[in-house]
Parts: sequence; structure tokens; C-alpha cells
Amino acid sequence: MCLAVPARVVECLEGDRALIDLEGVRMDISVELLDDVHPGDYVIVHVGYAIGKLDEQEALATLKAMAAMAQTDAASTTPSGPREGALP
Amino acid sequence: MSAVKPGYTRPLDVRHGRIDMSHGSGGRSMVQLIEQIFLSAFDNPALAARDDHAVLATPPELVLGGQLVMATDSHVVSPLFFPGGDIGCLSVHGTVNDVAMAGARPLWLSAGFILEEGFALADLQRIVTSMAHAAAEAGVPIVTGDTKVVQAGKGDGVFINTTGVGVTRPGVHISGSLAQPGDAILVSGTMGDHGVAVMSVREGLSFGTTLLSDTQSLHTLVAAMLDAVPGIHVLRDPTRGGLGATLNEIASQSGVGMRLMESAIPVRGEVRAACELLGLDPLYVANEGKLLAICPADQADALLAAMRAHPQGRDAARIGSVVDDANRFVQMTTVLGGQRMVDWLSGEQLPRIC
Amino acid sequence: MKYVDEFRDADLARGLACAIAQAVQPGRRYNLMEFCGGHTHSIARHGVRGLLPPEIELIHGPGCPVCVLPIGRIDQAIALARDHGVLLCTYADLMRVPASNASSLMKARSQGADVRMVYSAIDALKLAQQQPEREVVFLAIGFETTTPPTAAVLRQARTLGLRNFSVLCNHVLTPPAMRGILGPPPGNETSAHLHGFIGPAHVSTVIGSEPYRFCADEYHRPVVITGFEPLDVMQAVLMLVRQLNEGRADIENQFTRSVTPLGNQKAQALMREVFELRDSFEWRGLGSLPHSALKLRPDYAGFDAEQRFAAPYRAVADAKACECGAILRGEKRPQDCRVFGTVCTPENPIGSCMVSSEGACAAHYTYGRFMTAMPTISEMPGATV
Repeated sequence: MCLAVPARVVECLEGDRALIDLEGVRMDISVELLDDVHPGDYVIVHVGYAIGKLDEQEALATLKAMAAMAQTDAASTTPSGPREGALP
Repeated sequence: MSAVKPGYTRPLDVRHGRIDMSHGSGGRSMVQLIEQIFLSAFDNPALAARDDHAVLATPPELVLGGQLVMATDSHVVSPLFFPGGDIGCLSVHGTVNDVAMAGARPLWLSAGFILEEGFALADLQRIVTSMAHAAAEAGVPIVTGDTKVVQAGKGDGVFINTTGVGVTRPGVHISGSLAQPGDAILVSGTMGDHGVAVMSVREGLSFGTTLLSDTQSLHTLVAAMLDAVPGIHVLRDPTRGGLGATLNEIASQSGVGMRLMESAIPVRGEVRAACELLGLDPLYVANEGKLLAICPADQADALLAAMRAHPQGRDAARIGSVVDDANRFVQMTTVLGGQRMVDWLSGEQLPRIC
Repeated sequence: MKYVDEFRDADLARGLACAIAQAVQPGRRYNLMEFCGGHTHSIARHGVRGLLPPEIELIHGPGCPVCVLPIGRIDQAIALARDHGVLLCTYADLMRVPASNASSLMKARSQGADVRMVYSAIDALKLAQQQPEREVVFLAIGFETTTPPTAAVLRQARTLGLRNFSVLCNHVLTPPAMRGILGPPPGNETSAHLHGFIGPAHVSTVIGSEPYRFCADEYHRPVVITGFEPLDVMQAVLMLVRQLNEGRADIENQFTRSVTPLGNQKAQALMREVFELRDSFEWRGLGSLPHSALKLRPDYAGFDAEQRFAAPYRAVADAKACECGAILRGEKRPQDCRVFGTVCTPENPIGSCMVSSEGACAAHYTYGRFMTAMPTISEMPGATV
């Protein structure tokens, strides 16, 4: 379950609501499930409610960890995906 | 003492008036509706003759060996008005495009209206004006039509049927059954714009976006494409069901498979975002001003260049190839580098929470 | 899109695929249950499976609230709309789920029942405000991600003093469902094949990582709480493989950008304010599980549709040939079901696993059946069966 999308808070509105932006699409959602939401924050939006905030430092750390784990060993026997720039 | 001025008819109250059963009954009321709303907007010699038919001139291509093409479409879209268009211009562009997808030059349109009792005349005029504008822009006159009225509750405001007739160039043969293994698959621009624009005004799914429907007539683009590559095999506009449904139809008709690259399929950021929010796949969202083309691989570059040179094809892209496949599967390499099926959809795609 | 595109990067995917292939012990099976329907969907949509070595089996667990909702609960909702004339609001996911007598919410609507699709519970509340003469019922489903929004709406309804709004509550809980799959500790024969869990992303954003500790302590199964994007899933697979290789059973958090040990406490407090545990609740495929679902607290009784209307729940058995139960428990795969792809298809679904787009059967039919059908799969770059 849980189709939820990370979106940027553009503006905090009264009544525990906020305007979020996702690539130019704007939605008016509730932030009553969170504390301390500010414009510029990224929140996870599910059925019209922000259920959590995204931590940028942790996101970067995760990407870094992935890069470290990832191997570019050309000798590996695993098929490694389509050739670069290959047309279908 | 009052005298009725000769020839006086009280004009339709377009601002506040509504359709009633008398507008469909064949009497004075109906004639007035037709004259003041339809004929004044669609003004052309054929309609001006006031017959129940149109007599049409033989197009030159026919004499040279071209073939007649006819297509029809009924329009029941809701809401009637959406960002970038309405049911009126949609009904013009939709049928013009159906004719154009045969590689034909569209010549004439007919328009049949089924109006619901109680429908606002102001809305009707808005729709008819939009149709007239679309037809004029496309250079395709609406030469004959019909109007009926149904009781309140038996219609959705207005249903429109448009039928179009066109003629092909001699020697052009385009059909969904002609895709060959090895052919290139191209699209003329970004996918999913229309469906998302319509959804943005549908009740309960309100989100703000500057996205407009892409509804437009594509026959001049098609002409430019045929000038560059007369040997195009398939043309189709991916309307309901989107690119995914359309490619499956063609694969089935031609008895082939297809392989696509997700990263090559152009999708606007806003469309991508709206789809993510609603749990929709842009591959299955409707388009009303885009086409896909399938041509021999060695002509793909020339075709792409011709498309990009045309204002309606600026974002054209090659998205995949036709392959030999007894299963007729349409498959895609994802942006991640994995593989997935792009299958038929069963029924309309619904937003989801899961 | 930020926080999305970076986690779909093809180069990183290739690298992680390589690392996973290197990490698996050749010939050893790693059966990993991904519990969240959102993960099922993400895996299928991006084609993650094809990037994993054959030693890894991803099993779709019952983390799809549509799939685990018993037929009787849909019947109950249909009865409210059809026989009690309520304005029934539902998430679109439930519209096509087959109920008794070949009915469904969509069919009931086509026969005149007032069933409306909503994107959010707040839309149902608004309808109640706009139409005070109608009884409006919101059909609430979902795990702990979807529950706080329902709680928020109920609290708002009470503040507003609404008299025509109620909720038919089918909210369910994740840890009890995991227990239901595993059986009494330390696990039984039917769950012995499950080695580890890819833990849900957004449920965990709400409940935190601590509630999964019992998997390690009582069942010695590792859990990696995993983000929604395909790279998250791949990283989690690698983390689980490493744990299993080392014989460890830890609760690890891969989704650190969103999940903390204690989760969203404000949301949890709101849930506790409005809901309490049901003694027992029937799950499709898992039978009745104790303390696995929620109902409205007594002080919210006025908003409880089950108390407001005489539309009792009646258990209905699944269709005989339907293997949704075994599939939800991870005992069988969609292709093992006799009616998969023949009688039961997305156009004509027999069981809920085929209706929900993230149900195991629908996902396999839509995305995966070509992998078993195609002999020439090797011609596709990057594909693995």
C-alpha cells in the first residue's frame, strides 16, 4: 500500500494546511500530522496528508552508501543492463 | 395599436436560454436554433444552401489514383470544458486526425448534436464557436449536420458525433497491420498531456497545474511527414488508453512485438508529477494532439527530422523498435535498466491510494 | 523529481545488481517477502526482478489492504449504499474488487447505488458538509499509513458536530499481519521458506522501526525497512543477503531519509485518540488474526457506520479455485493457481490478488508473464529469468 510521493512545501496555509509543489503541479494538503513544517521542506504526501518529512542529509548519505556498495566489476557474470546509448 | 414588423423573429436568448424539446421538433424553434447558433458559426457555401445534404467537389487526388477515406467519432467527454479545449474543438480535431492517420488530406466534416433538454444555450454557443474556430484553423469545413433533443436525464448535456472524409495521395498505403520487424517507432511529442489536463478539473481530484490539453489537428504534420517519408507503415493517434493501449492494438493487428526505451519517451514534468500523485501510468493516459508513426528503420532519421521541423513535432522522439514476437508483447526497458511489459489495460485506469 | 529520480539511476542499479550477484552464495535460495504493496508495484514497474540473480526470490506479501479485505466487508459496503441509500465514498482501488453474487462497488453504482470515488477522506467529509440531508459513509481501508488521515477526518467531524457522517472502518495493522504469516514463534512449516522481510516504507514512516523488533527476537528473521524507489529495494536486498550470509537477524533501516526508530508520534497519538484494537479481524487468506485491526473508540461511536446502520458483517468464503490465500501467505505463486490467466484475468478477476494493481497476480499478469512465456528472452539486453 501507500502510494506516497515526496513533494516540496511552497507555502504554509492556515488551518494546518500547506501548498505543495511537484514539478509544477500544486496541491493543497493537510500538514496536521506533522510539526514544524516550513516552506522548502520536502514532505511525503499520501491521500491528501503529509505523513512524514524527508531528511536531505540522510538522503545524500543513502545515495553515497549505494554508490559505495555498487560495483563496476566488468568481470561479473551478472547481465548488467542495456548497453550505454543503445537504441532499442 | 401594435404591428409586428415584417420578418421579425425574437432572437434566441443565448445568455439565459436553455434547450427545450421544441428545439428538436422540426418547427420554427429548431430552425431558429440552427440558424442562430450553428449556421452563423459554421458559415460556408455548403451549409448556406440549407439542404439536408452537401454536394461535394471531386478532389484532384482522386483522379490521380488517391483513395477516399472516411472516419467517425462520437464525443461524450466530461467535463465539457477543460484547460486547453472543450468537447467542440475536440470533436473537430479528433475526426480530422482519424482521417489524417490514414495519410489522407481531410476535406469535409459533418457534425451531429444530441442535446439534452435544459442544456444552457450559452454553453452550446461556446462549444459551437470553438468548433468553428477549430475547423477554420484546420481548413476543414463542417458541411452538413443534424440536431436532436432528448429529454432531461437522457443525455449528458451534449453528445457530438463528427464524421470526416478525406483523400489519400496516390500510392500511400498506411494501416495498423503493416508494422514490420525492424521498423522504428516514433512519437510526435509529449505523452499524457490531455488526460492530466482533463483530470485536473474533474471533481475530487483538484490540483493546480498550468497544463493544457494538447488537442490539435495534425494533418499538416502528417503531410510534412509523408513528403519526407512516403513509405510510412503505420500512423495512429494514441487517444483513449494512451500510448500503451495503442501500441498493443497495432502489435496485435500486425502480429508483431515491440521493444521500447522508457527514457526515450517524452513526458512533461507536470504530467509525470500528476501521475505519481494519483498512481497513474503516463503510458496509458489519453493524448489528443499527438501521433505515433512506424516506419522502416533506415528512414527513421529522415522522418524524425521532418517531424521536429514542424511546429507540432518539436518534441518528436524515437522510442523503440518493432520485433518478431509470436506473443505480440510490447515490452519496455525501464529507466532503471530493468524490463517490464506494457500490457493492455483492462478498463479505465483509476487513481489509486495503494 | 527530487528524492525520486536519484533513486532510479540506471548506473547505480547496474552497480547494485553486480554487488548482489557477487554477494549471493551460489545455489543458495534467498526468499524475501516484500510486505508492502507499494513495493510490489515499484518492483514490477521498474523491472527490478530482472536485475537480480536467480538465487533471490521476491515474494509478494499481504501488504495490500485491498487484497486482504474479505469479500464480506465489500458486501457490507455495498449493502450500505444499495439498501440504506447512503452516499458511500471509497478510494478508487476498491471499485472493481469482486464481492458476493458477482457484484462489486462499481457494479452497484451502475445499478443506481450512490458510490463515489474520492482521493482523500477529507473529500468525504466535505460531501457530508455540503449535503446535510444525506447520510455519508467513508469506506476506510489501509494500513498504518492511511489510518492517521482517517483519524484526522474523524476528529474534524466531531469538532464540526457533523450528524450525517460516519466511517466504515477496515484499518489493519502491519506487525500482526507479519505474525500471521509467520505463525506462532519461532515460525512454522508453512513459513519456514521465508528468510527475511523487505519492510514497508510509509507504514514505517508512521510507526517507526522499533515495532519490527519481534521478527528478529522471536522469529530470527531479518527485516530491512526499505524506501519506495527501486534503488532502495535493491540496496535492501543486498543488506538482507549480507545478513543471511552472516546468520544475523537484525532490524535495519534503509529508508533513513524518512523513518526513525519511533516514527511519527503525532500521527500515532491521533490514531490512539480515535481508534482502538479489535479483538479479532478476518483477513482474506490469513484467517482471523487477534488484535490486528482497528475500530472506533466508544466516544466516537456516533461516527461508526457499523453501529449506525444495521449492516452486519457476514463472512463469505473465497471462490473454491481461488488461491489468493496461499499466494498472500507466500506459499504459492500466481502461476501455481489453476485459474490464473485463464478464468481469472484482470478483465474478469475472481480474487482480490488480481484486482488490485499491486496484487501479486495482477502484477505478475501485467508485468511478469512475459518472463515465463518468452524463450528468446536472452535477446533482450539486461534480462534475466
